[in-house]
Amino acid sequence: MMVNFAVHGESVHSIPFVIEGRACMLNRYPLWKYLLILVVLVVGLIYSLPNLFPEDPAIQISSAQGDSLNEQQIDRVETALSENGIAIKALEEENGQWLIRLRQDDDQLPARDIAADLLGDEATVALNLAEATPEWLQAFSASPMTLGLDLRGGVHFLLEVDMDAALTQRLEVNGSAMRELLRDERIRYRNTEVEERSLSIDFASAEDRDTARSLISRDFPEFEYSSEGDGRASTLIMTLSDQSVNEIQDYAINQNLTTLRNRVNELGVAEPMVQRQGPNQIVVELPGIQDTVAAKRIVGATANLEFRLEARPDTPENETETLTFRNEPGRTAELMRDVIITGDSVSSASNSFDENGRPQVNIDLDGTGGTLMNRATRTNIGRNMAVLFIEHKSEDTVVTDPETGEETIEREPYVERGLISLATIQSALGNSFRITGLDSPTEAAELALLLRSGSLAAPIYFVQERTIGPSLGAENIERGLLSVQIGLLLVVLFMLVRYKVFGVFANIALALNLTLLVAVMSMLGATLTLPGIAGIVLTLGMAVDANVLIFERIREELRNGMSVQQAIQAGYERAFTSIVDANITTLLVAVILFSIGSGPVKGFAVTLSIGILTSLFTALMVTRAMVNLAYGSKPVKKLWI
Amino acid sequence: MKPLSHLRIDFMGRRKFAFAVSALLLIVSIGAILFQQLNLGLDFTGGTLIEVRYGASPSLDAIRVLLEESGFQDVSVQTFGASTEVLIRLQQAFDADVGGEVVNLLRADGDTVNLVRSEFVGSQVGDQLRDQSGLGLLVALGVVMLYVAFRFQYKFAIGALLALLHDVVIVVGVFALFQLDFDLTVLAAILAVIGYSLNDTIVVYDRVREAIRTSRIDDMPQIFNEAINATLSRTLATSGTTVLVLLALLLLGGDMIENFAIALLVGIVVGTFSSIYIAAALLLPLKLSREDLIPTKKELDEEEEELP
Repeated sequence: MMVNFAVHGESVHSIPFVIEGRACMLNRYPLWKYLLILVVLVVGLIYSLPNLFPEDPAIQISSAQGDSLNEQQIDRVETALSENGIAIKALEEENGQWLIRLRQDDDQLPARDIAADLLGDEATVALNLAEATPEWLQAFSASPMTLGLDLRGGVHFLLEVDMDAALTQRLEVNGSAMRELLRDERIRYRNTEVEERSLSIDFASAEDRDTARSLISRDFPEFEYSSEGDGRASTLIMTLSDQSVNEIQDYAINQNLTTLRNRVNELGVAEPMVQRQGPNQIVVELPGIQDTVAAKRIVGATANLEFRLEARPDTPENETETLTFRNEPGRTAELMRDVIITGDSVSSASNSFDENGRPQVNIDLDGTGGTLMNRATRTNIGRNMAVLFIEHKSEDTVVTDPETGEETIEREPYVERGLISLATIQSALGNSFRITGLDSPTEAAELALLLRSGSLAAPIYFVQERTIGPSLGAENIERGLLSVQIGLLLVVLFMLVRYKVFGVFANIALALNLTLLVAVMSMLGATLTLPGIAGIVLTLGMAVDANVLIFERIREELRNGMSVQQAIQAGYERAFTSIVDANITTLLVAVILFSIGSGPVKGFAVTLSIGILTSLFTALMVTRAMVNLAYGSKPVKKLWI
Repeated sequence: MKPLSHLRIDFMGRRKFAFAVSALLLIVSIGAILFQQLNLGLDFTGGTLIEVRYGASPSLDAIRVLLEESGFQDVSVQTFGASTEVLIRLQQAFDADVGGEVVNLLRADGDTVNLVRSEFVGSQVGDQLRDQSGLGLLVALGVVMLYVAFRFQYKFAIGALLALLHDVVIVVGVFALFQLDFDLTVLAAILAVIGYSLNDTIVVYDRVREAIRTSRIDDMPQIFNEAINATLSRTLATSGTTVLVLLALLLLGGDMIENFAIALLVGIVVGTFSSIYIAAALLLPLKLSREDLIPTKKELDEEEEELP
């Protein structure tokens, strides 16, 4: 102990607060610090409160004829439900629609079946999750976290990737690049044609064709080449090999998987499920939603983009195409048939402001996209470039088989194409460029959104949409939640036993930490899964570390003979560098994982960073405020620590 | 709790034994990872998706139990649109017979069960996650080393990095050795272990630095012992609360969070050990001397004062 004492004897000299007379000023906070803490805590409370009112499982009944339902029908449903032992929480009517809130998640599907059987053709019955947040909280646009697929289920979409379109699209882009190449080399060609998996180009002479063949085959090794005809009927036919067809299809589905994953899980905290199913389908499951229309908005447009040059007035007609604008049906533009790049080359698009404060859209392309864009624009400065938005939609019609009476749904796909932007090329463009001269920030935001949603490698269709139940059994969920509560209780008890009065301060700080953490997570729209809840409790278990460091240091200083006030001051001061260093290193890891990682790793980084920041705030400032209020500038003989 | 503060454990005297234990654990872990490999879960491998239609609403729990007892792994059972339709995901690699096999099992209880579809599903995480997150982790480690080198000294950075690798390899090794299910929650647990281990190492380092600067003796092992003994009660308190939470999760939490808790428990025990015996003890063979910290002392002090 003697060595220890010498250690501290030396360092004490360098700290000014041991000077008598200043001791009375120790351990006091200025008023603004108390106010700051208060404001942060009130805001935290407001945004975490909605989590005490989770959404109710409900069934929604609306009249099939469009008129309102009568009370009698609802009474019948009510009696039928209670006869089947289903507890109703509340009945609400709005715009002729009835909402029956239920007490149990498990009751939702049976309740829907009962109501649907009972009402038959009179009404449509749908599942719904009804918001239960009180209105005054909604006024702050505060809402609870959604419950994950494991706890509550959600909505399940099956999407099909149009593989034929993926091939055609690739062939068209390759065709455009080949024509560009031929023009650069001044080889005259007549016509290009795209078939199922082959491209053909007509030439004026066999000689031209042969030069073209050797030129093109160097750049496009994925084709099998064959020459047909002679003289003025010379044709070069390029067919994709089986292997490259597979590669293109795999690329298309993987690219779409990535795009959808990024779209439904931008911050990594939304906990969706995106999986490939079978050879050409994608499953998307979104938690906490039962309304498929709302969910479709999140999955986003299943669209595609093409960047093309505007035609010159002297361009031959067979190379151009007239297209209308998406928002102004009367306005048209004459475009080249050549496609520079398609939407899958767009890696990101965002709206911001240029140096003069006018709205603009920034576009980033991937490597190949940038090369193609540069090749096309450097010789075409001053011309206009258009962005074409292509939506693949489908219409379902129910067809009844006249013989068997069986109903089947027939899907009729159709394509909608419209221009979303026409802008002048100011300079040779590369991997990253911007569109300026937009009228309003809203227009910029909308364009960026459309560009992002068109970044699919191949068109996709919605094939199936269903609600899906929780993937965990009720018993598993209960056990999980119980273990989490017990874990939390153990931490609280441990701190109380070990640090007595200071343990009370630490536990209050812990409660506030939880409140702040939940508030920020709710604001970010995070989803709560069972492992996520376990993670939050674990964060709290680790968050006591800062307080432990401080309290241990205070004890140590007391043992070394400091007075109570000095020990408190020294404890906070000396533990500070340890706490800051330790947390900054961890925060660095989290920030880098967030900026580079993806999906769940990103989500983990978000939660970790929030946890570090809230625990630093509560452990350093909030406990200090409590300690100062309790002991500051008071004659204290003994600390209960 | 008081006696703890008077403990003077000679940590550094036993460092050779500790190095041997670490080396053994590392060899076993690396061997297990290489030869037994990780038992990756449904999240990483993908599997089979089966949709079945019942005549009357079944008990999902009964289906789960039945399938797990029949040897299927990583089973997820959910209602699908209606209470009579059930969606089952299995880790089983897809083949044409799995659907029929499952339906036959479910029919054994006399229920009417029809197979709607049975298909292969891909992994829940893509190559993008693996590549980008791997890169992210490397960059993060690099930046952390720079930060530690800047705040302490480069020898500390080497120690911290080795301690971190030590912890991660052993946790992954335990999962490979016992063939525990390695899924996304376990991945999250490993990231949490990295955070915890780093935190713990820095706290020990901070105290070592302080002890080196203020101590009047030149015997490094003794200075280290003092620093570690001074942080011991803190280390035990923090690890203690965390271990309490984890024990509750492990013993009561059920299947879903069992592996999560195991990964963290192993990680925290190993992480606490490595802050002392890898991160700190490695500074001795690296020949850390007082001169390594003194020239930068002035600079560091100024910086600490700048912090709010």
